[in-house]
Amino acid sequence: MDETNSPLQIKGIRDGLLVSLDDASWDEQHAALISQVDSQPAFFQGARLALDVATQVLHVNELVEVRDQLSDRGIFLWAVLSESPTTEKTAQLLGLATRISKPRPEETRQFSVEDLGEETSLFLNKTLRSGTRIEFPGHIVVLGDVNPGAEIIAEGNVIIWGRLRGMVHAGAKGNTEAVVCALDLSPTQLRIADEVSAAVDLSDSPKPEIARINQHGKLQAEVWSPG
Amino acid sequence: MPAQVITITSGKGGVGKTTAVANLAVALAMEGSKVVCIDGDIGLRNLDVILGLENRIVYDLVDVIEGRCRLKQAMIRDKKLPELYLIPAAQTRDKSAVSASDMTRLVKELRSECDFVLIDSPAGIERGFRNAIAGADRVLVITNPEVSAVRDADRVIGILESEEKGPASLILNRLNPALVKSKDMLSPEDVLDLLAIELIGIVPEDETVLIASNRGAPVSYDAKSRAGQAFRNIAKRLKGETVPFMDLDSQGGLWERIQRLAGRK
Repeated sequence: MDETNSPLQIKGIRDGLLVSLDDASWDEQHAALISQVDSQPAFFQGARLALDVATQVLHVNELVEVRDQLSDRGIFLWAVLSESPTTEKTAQLLGLATRISKPRPEETRQFSVEDLGEETSLFLNKTLRSGTRIEFPGHIVVLGDVNPGAEIIAEGNVIIWGRLRGMVHAGAKGNTEAVVCALDLSPTQLRIADEVSAAVDLSDSPKPEIARINQHGKLQAEVWSPG
Repeated sequence: MPAQVITITSGKGGVGKTTAVANLAVALAMEGSKVVCIDGDIGLRNLDVILGLENRIVYDLVDVIEGRCRLKQAMIRDKKLPELYLIPAAQTRDKSAVSASDMTRLVKELRSECDFVLIDSPAGIERGFRNAIAGADRVLVITNPEVSAVRDADRVIGILESEEKGPASLILNRLNPALVKSKDMLSPEDVLDLLAIELIGIVPEDETVLIASNRGAPVSYDAKSRAGQAFRNIAKRLKGETVPFMDLDSQGGLWERIQRLAGRK
């Protein structure tokens, strides 16, 4: 195929393919896109495609048509980029993305180390549910439960005023002095520094426990008693 | 009174979302409310089958959204209950045909038309799920007393909290009191202990549910069915009535504890 004559530019991006159109008429561009796809079905099969339509003004039926045609050919159109506010609005109306570098901050929290001293703590006053991941370069204190499927990763100690049933990694950067304690210590997995231990017994009457690396270099949990 | 928009979701598939929507819709309509249910599972529609309305579909949700018909045209009236309507999902499209703002607009239009809008969410936590919760005033999370379903429910509740759709209420479906008794099934206490949300109903395991669904006549119609009674009770609670929890276990004991747990909040 003569690439120079094609009005389309196709690039591979992190999220699939990016097809850029120029300002020629939509009918022409549209036809060119479909014929390009039909000429290399194997290449496009199953692709996630973002369409950059430059300044084209497109309405719902035009976008729906191209989306359906692509979908018939096994291509998923997920984003339309445009400089035209009308087209952007149309795309949003159809639930298509209009930006391609989409950050996913959802539920993964990262903190920068720079402005934190060694002795800082993160205090979380809530129950951490499945799918939540908390990373922190200091100590972590949770006032609430840590449910199965939640993960806590701390460079320091982890203290849970509640039930620990998820995964905790204390001393994540190799601090073997780190400890993990909880009112009910029943994690799916517990890690301190490089030691890993899977859940062991689940006693019926939970007691506060503290886990640390003992003098033999093994993870050990013992019942915490005041005094 | 403006309509209540309620989405039923679960995370995990196969725990009984669609069955619950169908039964609650029937139970609410039997109580005299005007109910519209929306099948949010584009591409894998089921709600029409369970309600026995499959052969009446002309227009669907995607037709409304893309402007091929008016909202009223896509609302299929139930065979028995004149105040119950279904907006079916499209079977030949996928989730990308609908966006969250489409759902919000649709629901807004329905609010003035009825007392309850029930939305059946697809399984998962992706696009379809997010569409289904977009317009909701209230979310019911349904789960079974098994570890994987409860884990997924926990994840969903976490997402609902972060989207500020909470607090969600819990329906515990397919509970088998005999298995709980022999400690072979999670007890309602175990589930509530982990999920820590309000319990709105417990539906016992009951084969009449399956039989009724296959016939296209939800079990809520069946006055003798225990599961039907449980769904009717949930419907009453949705209307703001206080209904005591059913005594599923004739020996008592366990259920008193559940009632205490449920009344704790």
